[in-house]
Amino acid sequence: MRSAVALFLVLAALWLLNSGHYGPLMLFFCVGSCLFVVVLSRRMGVADEEGMPVHLALRAAAYLPWLLKEIVVSNIDVAKRVLRPGKLRISPRIIETPTTQHSDLGRVIFANSITLTPGTISIQVRGSHITVHALADEVADGLLGGEMDRRVTRLEGPAR
Amino acid sequence: MAPQLAVILLWAFLVAGSIFLLIGGIGLLRMPDFYSRIHPAGITDTLGAWLVLIGLMFASASWLVTVKLVMLLIFLFITSPLSSHALAKAAYLRGLRPMLGHQLEREAADD
Repeated sequence: MRSAVALFLVLAALWLLNSGHYGPLMLFFCVGSCLFVVVLSRRMGVADEEGMPVHLALRAAAYLPWLLKEIVVSNIDVAKRVLRPGKLRISPRIIETPTTQHSDLGRVIFANSITLTPGTISIQVRGSHITVHALADEVADGLLGGEMDRRVTRLEGPAR
Repeated sequence: MAPQLAVILLWAFLVAGSIFLLIGGIGLLRMPDFYSRIHPAGITDTLGAWLVLIGLMFASASWLVTVKLVMLLIFLFITSPLSSHALAKAAYLRGLRPMLGHQLEREAADD
């Protein structure tokens, strides 16, 4: 139920902010179409905690700044490697990074975070391991250090 | 915000974003194989596109436009890693072997 309400609020906000018209008829259309989508989503079984992870919102506020910092740092690192004249300083590796998340949602967040930081791309998620293509040894070792994994697990919260 | 300051910030962000977009393009040309080319493409997806979008927020006439730019940021944040991952996974499953560190060195020795 909480997910359905959250979905309705997000849809209504999207609708209102994108339309910019606030006449009674338009507001009626807004509420009607949002309710319709929520009903459809519930019938399809996608308006659940996985599709609408409101319970993560607070902890995501702690995770996002760290992730953004990592993205900027690794962007600059890859940019330096690209701009360096002469032989490219890369040594691509395929690594298997272990994951400690207990839900699919947590693993998806981890895999997406890996891909978002340039220098590492998640290729495949299988069981509790993610196959990652890393651009250089230092990047691979940084990921295998496991800080991102720990932070995503903390973001995910305790198992329920 | 003073209009002059907004214009300065607009251009600073646009230029910084464009530089990262350019670096992404150069990287795409310089990298040796498919998988390593996705990494510089990630630069254009993340910092390049974000800086341009943030810069445009300083030029928007109304807050509704700013909100739409923020929405674009969020959508990019979610969809760009998905497209990179889809590319890499499709190539991997199709059997394209990545060039790994030691192969690169051998190739350099052949030159």
